[in-house]
Amino acid sequence: MTQSEFLNIVMPFKDKVFRLAKRLLVSKEEAEDATQEILLKLWNNKQKISEYKNVEAFSMTMTKNFCLDKLKSKHAQNLKIVHSNYQDKNVSLQKQVELNDSVGWVSKIMEELPEQQKIILQLRDIEQYDFEEIGKMLDMNQTAIRVSLSRARKSLREKLTKTHSYGVK
Amino acid sequence: MVLNNIEKLIEKYDNGETTLQEEQQLKDYFSQETVPPHLEVYKSMFQYFLYTHEEQFTKDVPLKSKKTYSLYQWISVAAVAVIMLGIFTQFEIFQTQPQTLADLTPQERAEYEEAKEVLALFSSNFNNGTDKLMALNMVSDNFDKGTDNMAYLSEVSSTTNKILKTN
Repeated sequence: MTQSEFLNIVMPFKDKVFRLAKRLLVSKEEAEDATQEILLKLWNNKQKISEYKNVEAFSMTMTKNFCLDKLKSKHAQNLKIVHSNYQDKNVSLQKQVELNDSVGWVSKIMEELPEQQKIILQLRDIEQYDFEEIGKMLDMNQTAIRVSLSRARKSLREKLTKTHSYGVK
Repeated sequence: MVLNNIEKLIEKYDNGETTLQEEQQLKDYFSQETVPPHLEVYKSMFQYFLYTHEEQFTKDVPLKSKKTYSLYQWISVAAVAVIMLGIFTQFEIFQTQPQTLADLTPQERAEYEEAKEVLALFSSNFNNGTDKLMALNMVSDNFDKGTDNMAYLSEVSSTTNKILKTN
């Protein structure tokens, strides 16, 4: 497989991998490293790519596992990702589209959700995968996904309502 | 879109029962400027979803192609193996050249026996010949004895010569 063939396969979903990694790891740099790692792993196993039924779902599963492992090892080392040095470079873009502050809040509140709910919310509401695909990626049945998704959406909304009505978090 | 309809969709959405199409409808609805105040929360949610969906991975991935062993390299390895095998088996054949009678087919064995008989006959006659040659040997022995006697004769003659000289 040549490099361009590989890129043709990988291109459509590399952003999704990156966004999922960023959702879980929060920092942009960490997410970039993780994405790089995932793509390199795929590249090194490029002979096997044709055997995979669904490269995209496979990569998303890989990303999820990779990021969760990373988080686990961070917890084990008693280290936490420091957010103080992390600045969203897209803030100006945010202003351009005249989004109000609450959009920023959504991101913060999503960070507080349990990992599983974060992943499901990310895959469904942002990446718009259907339940069948999510089920394959996470190895879960669809009812469980719906339940978890519903919980995530409700708690996101409740927390947002709180910040809206009091103006504080 | 009718607000009523949107509210129904929102409820379904909260229960995780909406389809992707319905969610798209919601996203479209909430991307407009003004929404009823009680739905303000959803507006920020859906806008956030749309906004984060735009984020892209911009870093380059250094794809170094691992050194792949081409077919030719494997063929050369195979060729060496074949040559080694060839030499080895040839060697084996030379080693196992001496065959025993048991290896032969019945026909070959018969031929072998026949040849053996012929050779035995030949060699026995040959030995007969050598018996006769023994007689010749004996003659030559006697002949040698004769030459020994001749030595005496020559001695006698030399002494007679001496006698003749002194006289």
